[in-house]
Amino acid sequence: MPVDTVWVVAEITESGPSSITQELLSKARSIATNVAAIAWGPDTASHAAALGEYGATKVYDVGAVGETLPGVPVAGAIAALIEGGDTPDALLVPASYDGRDVAGRLSAKLDRPVLTNVVGLSENGGLSSEHTLFGGTVAATAHFTGEGPQIFVVRAKSFTAEPGGGGAAEVVSAPAPAAGATGTAKVTARHVEERTGPKLDEAAVIVSGGRGLGSADKYEMIEELARLLHGAAGASRAIVDAGWVPYARQVGQTGKTVKPNLYVACGISGATQHLVGMKGSKNIVAINKDQDAPIFSVADLGIVGNVHDVLPALIEALKNR
Amino acid sequence: MNVVVCVKQIPDPAAPSALDPTTHNLDRTGKLILDDSDAYGVEMGLQLASGEGDEVILVSMAPGGETSGLRTALAMGAARAILISDDSLAGSDALGTAKVLAAAIKRAEPDLVLTATESTDGYTGTIPAQIAELLGLPSITFAKKIAIDGSTVRVERQTEAGYDEVESPLPAVVSVTAGVVEPRYPSFKGIMAAKSKPVDVVTVADIGLEAGQVGATGARQEITDVSKVEARAGGEIVVDDGNGAARIVTFLEELKVI
Repeated sequence: MPVDTVWVVAEITESGPSSITQELLSKARSIATNVAAIAWGPDTASHAAALGEYGATKVYDVGAVGETLPGVPVAGAIAALIEGGDTPDALLVPASYDGRDVAGRLSAKLDRPVLTNVVGLSENGGLSSEHTLFGGTVAATAHFTGEGPQIFVVRAKSFTAEPGGGGAAEVVSAPAPAAGATGTAKVTARHVEERTGPKLDEAAVIVSGGRGLGSADKYEMIEELARLLHGAAGASRAIVDAGWVPYARQVGQTGKTVKPNLYVACGISGATQHLVGMKGSKNIVAINKDQDAPIFSVADLGIVGNVHDVLPALIEALKNR
Repeated sequence: MNVVVCVKQIPDPAAPSALDPTTHNLDRTGKLILDDSDAYGVEMGLQLASGEGDEVILVSMAPGGETSGLRTALAMGAARAILISDDSLAGSDALGTAKVLAAAIKRAEPDLVLTATESTDGYTGTIPAQIAELLGLPSITFAKKIAIDGSTVRVERQTEAGYDEVESPLPAVVSVTAGVVEPRYPSFKGIMAAKSKPVDVVTVADIGLEAGQVGATGARQEITDVSKVEARAGGEIVVDDGNGAARIVTFLEELKVI
């Protein structure tokens, strides 16, 4: 018996519903009879068709949140709907910057627990979530035991986005209630960092660098190789912690989960923290000078060698083609 | 200015981790250390609360009165710590933990609460927003830079596209990403001083919560099944003798990536 109603916290980008939003709507459609999206922004109605295409039959429109960070108003709007008697069985929330704020705020507001880092969901009378632990070596299944809406925070790439051919979703206004002191954090400026090539979580090829690069300036080699392979440049936690590259580049448990066609790990030893974020890649190449490095245990091709020798030679070879 | 920094004491991430076979709780019986992720918040707190009368207060929840991780942060320079330690807390989920931390934070009357983005062992990443909601405070998550200007905190917040400049009146909760600041190493003098710094060990009842709100009962979720994931098979290993790059090129050709 499918679950009756699932709501998806839907993030809208300039090009429409984000990829994880499409993934969550696709999954929701397969487990629930009624799927609604919770969306915010100045013009949610214009995305009703795209949200409907992936499975939402209804869009709760929180409206423009202006310069307020979305966590408080979106959680407030959801809580107001629920307190008004319109309650889903479950909420699927993207494990993104704003999604985690929404889930945390909502959880405390409703006094409902959350299950986070969900990588799978199955429906068998109730809902069970799958999680991977300890660098992906252990899989755990969990479920909620109490009453009330179940809040699942889902990692990107857990489900496949598939359009279902549904018509435009019905738009229902769901304004955020006044937030008081909690809503006083305001964005005063937005900065878009220059990026060439595809986004990390959408790239077919990812080249990542780690401590083995030796110094921050050597990360240029990673960017150059990524460019030559029309891919994106990623990083291990170690060099993000060291301040060589921004957090947005980080692949791993704390960071992004990626599943590209090809992942090239350069000077990355392969701590469980990193492996959990990339071992779902279709093909993995690793270059590391330590032949006992754990990264080799997941690599389809492992080169035991110095990145400072192998990378320049590889870049040169690709340039000459 | 009073800055509270939430810190977690975790099993050494370098050591193998396990779940208790019956309760499915994370095994936290060995010696616990300061989560690396929290060193950034401690350092940030120390830099922001460096004036006369300013104080960095640590708030932590851990079993068995564990203080070894707290001593590391005290050695870095924090003034004192509040440790919530109670058998009834075993099996707490993120919301239960947030309730405990929020109740303890209130006692310290902070101007600013700093947390990591997520812990290294549990990594739910919802606790900063949960604490803020429970305390009725604004929050700014994923800070990569923080400055205080009078009664306003200004933050550069990591975003998908780059970063946003965000500001909020104090008091507020701010979660910091690794790399927000370079954590100092405790000096010998700091380590000696830390031994006598006050650690206020309190129970769940002391902070005005009931046992049913926290721990395994309060969690209202359970792990029903745990299984080993089949390991991904390793592939071909080549020792680079000058031909490593050429081997990769062949591999990329086979994949039709080039």
